[in-house]
This record gives sequence, C-alpha cells and structure tokens, in this order.
Amino acid sequence: MQEKNRGLALFTFLVFLFLLGPLLIISVTSFEGGNILKFPPEEFSLRWYENIFNVEMFLISFKTSILVSLAGNLLALLLGVPAAYALSRFDFKGKTIINAFFVSPILVPGIVLGFAFLRYIVGTYQLPIYAALFVGHTVIMLPFIIRVISSSLSNFDFSIEEAAESLGASKVGTFFTVVLPNIKSGILAAVMIAFLESFNNVDISVYMTGPGVSTFPIQMLTYVENYFDPTISAISVLLMIITAFFMFIVERLMGLSYFTKR
Amino acid sequence: MKKRYLYLLLLPGVLFLTIFMIVPIFLTIGTTFFNESGFTIQGYLDFFKDRYFIEILLTTLRVSLFTTIICILLGFPAAYYISKLGKRTKAIMLLFTIFPLLTSPVVRSFSWMVIIGKNGVINKLLLSMGLIDKPLDILYTPTAIIIGLVHLFLPLIIVTLVGVMENIETDLLKAAESLGASRLAVFSKVIIPLSVPGLVIGSILVFVGSFTAYTTPALLGGKQRVISTFLYQNAITLNEWQVASIVATIMIAVTVLIISIMNGLAKKLNPKG
Repeated sequence: MQEKNRGLALFTFLVFLFLLGPLLIISVTSFEGGNILKFPPEEFSLRWYENIFNVEMFLISFKTSILVSLAGNLLALLLGVPAAYALSRFDFKGKTIINAFFVSPILVPGIVLGFAFLRYIVGTYQLPIYAALFVGHTVIMLPFIIRVISSSLSNFDFSIEEAAESLGASKVGTFFTVVLPNIKSGILAAVMIAFLESFNNVDISVYMTGPGVSTFPIQMLTYVENYFDPTISAISVLLMIITAFFMFIVERLMGLSYFTKR
Repeated sequence: MKKRYLYLLLLPGVLFLTIFMIVPIFLTIGTTFFNESGFTIQGYLDFFKDRYFIEILLTTLRVSLFTTIICILLGFPAAYYISKLGKRTKAIMLLFTIFPLLTSPVVRSFSWMVIIGKNGVINKLLLSMGLIDKPLDILYTPTAIIIGLVHLFLPLIIVTLVGVMENIETDLLKAAESLGASRLAVFSKVIIPLSVPGLVIGSILVFVGSFTAYTTPALLGGKQRVISTFLYQNAITLNEWQVASIVATIMIAVTVLIISIMNGLAKKLNPKG
C-alpha cells in the first residue's frame, strides 16, 4: 500500500516537472551572456533584460496592452456589476438564458470571435483599431467579471440590504454603502482575473494590428518570428513575476475555489 | 417597480454583447449561406471536396484527440494524488497547477521551442548521450503541437478533477474498504465513476480548447496548418473572407457538436442517473 502511494507520488512529481520545467528552463536562458539562446547559458548577464527596453515596439505595445486591458476592465465592470447583481438578487423568467448569454463569449472559439470582430467591428462598424481592441477585450472580460462577482454575491446575505432599505435608505444608496463594500474583494479578484485574461490574449488581438499598433503578446509573436534570442526569455521572466503576484493576491482575496469549481 | 429595475440593470450588458458579439458572429455565419442568387450551401460543398482542407480538419481533430487522451492519462492520477493530500500541501500543489494556467500562452509555447528545437535541450541531451547521431525533427510537427497543447491544458484538467474528487466523501471510501473492497476496486468502482462528471467537463475543455487553440500551433506547428491557423491565414494573409467565414462556421459547429455529444455521454454515464 505504501509502495503504491510512492509510485503515485513519483508520477505526480514527473507531471509537475513537465508542467514547470519548461518555465524554469526559459527563466535560466534569460541570463545568457552570449548572442544565441541556449540551455544551459554560457555566461551570466542581464543584457537581454536591457534589450527589452531597446526595442521600441515592446514599449509601445506594452502601453497599448495596459491601456486596453484597464479601459476594457472598467467598461466590463460598469456593464457587469449591475448584471451580476440582478442575476444574484432576483429570480425571474429566463434567468438561466441570460446567465448563459453573459458567459457565451467564453464558449465561442477566440480565433473565430477575433475574425468576426475584424470583419464587422473594424470592417462594417468602421471602428478604429484602438476602439476595436477596447470593445473586443471588453467582450472577453465580461464573462469573467460577471462570474467572479456573482459567486462573491452568492455569499452575500441580501437581508442586510432589505434591512437598510426598510430603515429608509434608497436602493441606489444601499447598493453603494451596503452591498458594494461587502463584495469589494470579489470585485478586485474579478478585475485581476479579467486583466490577466485580456493582457495575455492572442486570439483576438492578433487580428487587430495596424502600422505601429499591436498588443504586447502579438509583438512577442512577431519578435519570435524574426529573432530567436533570449529577449523573449527575459520578458517571460518578468511576465511570470507579474502573474505570480496576481495569483497570490487572488488567492488571498477569495481562495483557490474559483479555479477548481466548474 | 422591481421588474423595471431588473431590466435597467441587465440592459446595458445585454445590448453591448448583442451589438459587438452576437450580431458579428451571426452575420459571419449568415453570409456563408448566401451568394448573389440567394440561399446556397455551395461554399460548404466545395469545401468538403477539397483534399487540403479535409486534411487540415482531420489533423486538427487527431491532434485534439491525442491531447485529450494524454491529458486524462497524466492528469487523472496526479489529480487523485493531489486530492488526497493534507490541506496545506494541497493548496501549494494547486498553486503550482494554477500558475502555468495563468501564464501567457506565448511564454509557454516559446519555452517548448527552446526545448524541442533543432539545437534544443532534448536534442543536445540525446546527442551528447550518443542515443542519436543527428538532431530529431520534433519542432514544427503535429507532435510538437500535441506536446505544447498538453502542456497548455493539463493544468485545466487537473484543477477540474481535483475540484470533483475533493467532493468524494472520505467516509464513502472508508466504507468501501471496510466492506472488503481492495484499493484497486475502490479506485475503479468508486473513484472513477464519481469522477465522471469532472472527466467529461475536463475533456470538453481540453478537446474544444485544443481544436480551437491558435498560439501553440502558430508557434510550434511551423508550416503544419491546423484549422485555427488556416482560418487566420485566410482572413489576414490571403484576404479570403468568404473562405474564412466558412472555416469559422465549421469551427463553431464542431465545438457545439462536441459539447452536445459529451454532455449526452455524461448523462448516460452519470451514476446518479
């Protein structure tokens, strides 16, 4: 019996080696001193980290990505918080359909969604690339915002709200003074999860590039196509640090159940 | 009064998604069924006669199937092991699983270019050990895409399965054992059947995800096209919007088909009926 557990433990260890090993390997290659990306590196240097800042398109596209993700996040919150509240607070006919409707952007293949955006939002609606990026990213963030905030609201005791109202507080006032403070951490977690989703997105942004315009992941793809040097390794390390930071905050805010529940 | 509030709260989100998602998607699908002379399915007929496209479709389905099977084979035992761990260790293992899940797919695919490339880690290792005398061509093949996709989706199936297995009551397992069931019998008669819902959801996520993934095949597939890179190529490089719309519609159709088949299967297999 003990033997079998040990076998299973070893198996699990190998699975995690497969999952995390590659990330560790590129992290090591980012410190290469030579010109060619290889493992293990020959000498230690930070020159490829410096090189990130020498490629102007990296700086520009990073700014674009941050702006698109933040602005899209804000709009997704404005649209999503009221919807999540309505879906959690009230029972009504067609609730399941509305719920499914709000999650539907996850179900449509990203690469298809991106194409439809290109053809109709950029093409027919004639929105400029920046606006199309903003709208497209809002669409893909909305399901995450609604899902996380709904789950946060499901733990909220709405009788508190009723109590406040019966004491004469207005509906809107109650929402801002009673409901909102109680789901603060849920909202923050939703914002962070949606931000990562948008910031890492390739499938939609890959259609929305123009002269001097592209998002950060797309710029990374373009760079890999042209140069195979440790710059991307260095960027990967920085992105992983940000990701880990976000993950720990989300864990602090709402635990890990969001990720395991489906 | 209450009703009016309700619509007011839902309306902005519904309108936004309708204008910017539903309408574009339905127009994309709609245009594939019409030409100058009205309704037609000629586009699809031409498509399914095209050897090149059929080959891409089959390769993509095969790659997705292999990815799903490997993910289950690797993910199921690992998830079982994690679900049995103590609270603290389990949380740490889950963090290690979720971290790659949140990491950029560009980073994750790129890491495999470094490992399986011509001068990559694996080839160097095998060459230095004398096991091969010229580098293996793994990168830019369907195998490379499968490796990248397994790496991409394995965490997803692990967290999904851990979520389901956690809910299998320890009492139930103890009861089975105390009634004389062997460990293997407990595993095959209790744990596997009760994990079926998780397995089905996990498999749908992995299969559909693999079928539609873009970044991984774009980086690791080279000239090897899958349906998503074929769609992109037609839309951007070739400017064939009609062809691209047909491919997009086929992708949506296959996605819907897979989800409904698997859901049907889940209902049949569910021990609770």
